[in-house]
Amino acid sequence: MDLAPAINPSAAPSDDDGALTRLHPNYAHALRVRTTLAAIPLLFGALVLESLLQGEGLFPTGLIAGPVLVIALACIIRVPTRRYNARGYQIAADRLRVVRGLLFRSDTVVPFGRVQHIDVDQGPIERFFGIATLTLHTAGNHNASVSLPGLGEELAREMREAIRAHIRRETQ
Amino acid sequence: MSDTRRTALLGVVLGALGSIRSAIIPAIAIAFSGIGGGDRIGMALGVGIAAAVIGTAASWLGWRRLTYTIGETDIRVESGLFSRSARSVPFERIEDVSLEARPLPRLLGLVTVKFETGAGGGDDLVLQYLAASEGERLRRLVRERHDEQPAARTPAGAVPAGGEDEVLFTMGPARLVTFGLFEFSLAVFAVLGGALQYVDNITDIDVWNADFWYRWLKQQGSTIAALGPYAQAIGALAGLVGLIVIGFVTGVARTGLRDWGFTLTLSARGFRRRRGLLTRTDVVIPAHRVQGLVIGTGPLRYRFGWHSLSFVSLAQDSESESHVVAPFAKMEELAPIVAAAGFCLPDAGTVWHRASKRQRTDKAVLGSAPFVLAAIPVAIFAPPGLFLIPLGAALVTVAANLYAWEFRRFALGETQIIASSGFLSPTSRIATRRKLHSVEIAQGPVARRRGYATVHLGLAGGSFAIAGVPLAEALALRANLLETITATDYSRLDGAPPPARARSEAQSGFSANLAAT
Repeated sequence: MDLAPAINPSAAPSDDDGALTRLHPNYAHALRVRTTLAAIPLLFGALVLESLLQGEGLFPTGLIAGPVLVIALACIIRVPTRRYNARGYQIAADRLRVVRGLLFRSDTVVPFGRVQHIDVDQGPIERFFGIATLTLHTAGNHNASVSLPGLGEELAREMREAIRAHIRRETQ
Repeated sequence: MSDTRRTALLGVVLGALGSIRSAIIPAIAIAFSGIGGGDRIGMALGVGIAAAVIGTAASWLGWRRLTYTIGETDIRVESGLFSRSARSVPFERIEDVSLEARPLPRLLGLVTVKFETGAGGGDDLVLQYLAASEGERLRRLVRERHDEQPAARTPAGAVPAGGEDEVLFTMGPARLVTFGLFEFSLAVFAVLGGALQYVDNITDIDVWNADFWYRWLKQQGSTIAALGPYAQAIGALAGLVGLIVIGFVTGVARTGLRDWGFTLTLSARGFRRRRGLLTRTDVVIPAHRVQGLVIGTGPLRYRFGWHSLSFVSLAQDSESESHVVAPFAKMEELAPIVAAAGFCLPDAGTVWHRASKRQRTDKAVLGSAPFVLAAIPVAIFAPPGLFLIPLGAALVTVAANLYAWEFRRFALGETQIIASSGFLSPTSRIATRRKLHSVEIAQGPVARRRGYATVHLGLAGGSFAIAGVPLAEALALRANLLETITATDYSRLDGAPPPARARSEAQSGFSANLAAT
């Protein structure tokens, strides 16, 4: 062995570098709702702290609740859009590519020939927005499960069927 | 054919001994405490005897109720005093049978038989206390059943004909001592610390009382001081030498206990490893279950050319993720083992791809930045000259990172991928390209700006990551690997032609892939 094939970029099959398919637009809304729900207890806590310390007269009103509110609004309005834009997938005949991450980018390819089982999950928020999460499980320790959220409900099922059909074809 | 058997009756004795052993401490506690007034000793004896009787009865009942049956297609174990449980394991699911003999059972000629199913968890079928011959019989039986099956599980690599075991690696006493010297350990002092705590609890000597030691030291110190400076220096030297000797002795003793009689053999069923002085273990790793190799070394032993070899496999060794198959060997001794597992070691013809130099710069800068930042307040507030210490640490970090880059590289072969990394000595990982499960390219914020990435490969039973690969190279590597992976379906991984054959007949990666389908 060790005729190590030279790794040069031009020789790479281009199908992994093609345009990514974007997720369902409702994914951003679902993210927004989830962030809002998570932010409510924090905001509430900030307000309680604020009212407790108000009598002390240590600092002007709104010094705690104000920043918390601004950060929460940024997280609710801005971040979901950016996260939505950062995500994408690409499905080929024999593999699924999942791209995600704002700060820490990750670009994963799972060949269908290595999929152990497939999940399609829907939480209450996802069900409301008509989207679903597709999760592929592999036998590797790293990437033991690769999930792709924000697919349209129908699409997620179709993809599952397509991957299952591929596995069945290969096993026979 | 089905015969129902019980485990060895002697096991009842061991079970009873175990319950007596756990009753000793409470009995002693009663003897020394106020419970029972004047008749404490009698009461303690009573508790001990009761525990022995109950323990013996329980272990005898357990023995009566536990039966195992070797059936036509499976092994069934039925057990339970009040609630019966029956477990059946089909022969096809038993990957292998491992035997373990702890010191006490070993004296009585008993072994623990474990049927490994590769369930991932610790949920394997275990039969405790079987006669050693019975254990061997079960192992042979399971293997014969396997052999009757179509040859779907032929192990990869060279298999000696005729069922003769080929010895791949052994370690004699001399090698063990050398190995032990490199395993220098002062762990014995931690044990001593624990023992001191114990002494503290059960005696009047208050170990943690500074006064006590101060008095003792003063007493000793005045004796030493009376001997003059030379004697003091000699005393300090003797102490240091003593410490070193203890460290070496601990290392040699621990290594000897663990690896005494280390033997690795290759049979038709796979690799078989036997080792241990007091607790002798006998593990078989089927060749087709080897997913990858790890060649490790240490900063010092690397300079002397010593390496260790482990198999990454689905069955996990106690605690660690991989099976050590040669703990301390020269590279040329490892080569035949590596070849037998269907891999090859890198040689002069290997084309190495080095990590990005930008990553080297970033790592050196980011690694030393905290020290440089710490030097600023030190320079302002601390006594002059002290700021050189964090600055020196920063320099060391930079140097270590520059040196570590030398080891960070990977090579893509026809059937395998090799990657190495490490600070003062390289750790190499080799994986079969076909047996990878996913490929991920990950980039942090810095890596994205500087155009390099970490490539994570999904390896069953272990991890495989290559850091600092230039992005274009990472993309090409992924495309290349996926070409191989998609060519074989998971269900055919075990049945595919052995890599050795694919290697010899294939000159390009594509024909290797074709051979694999």
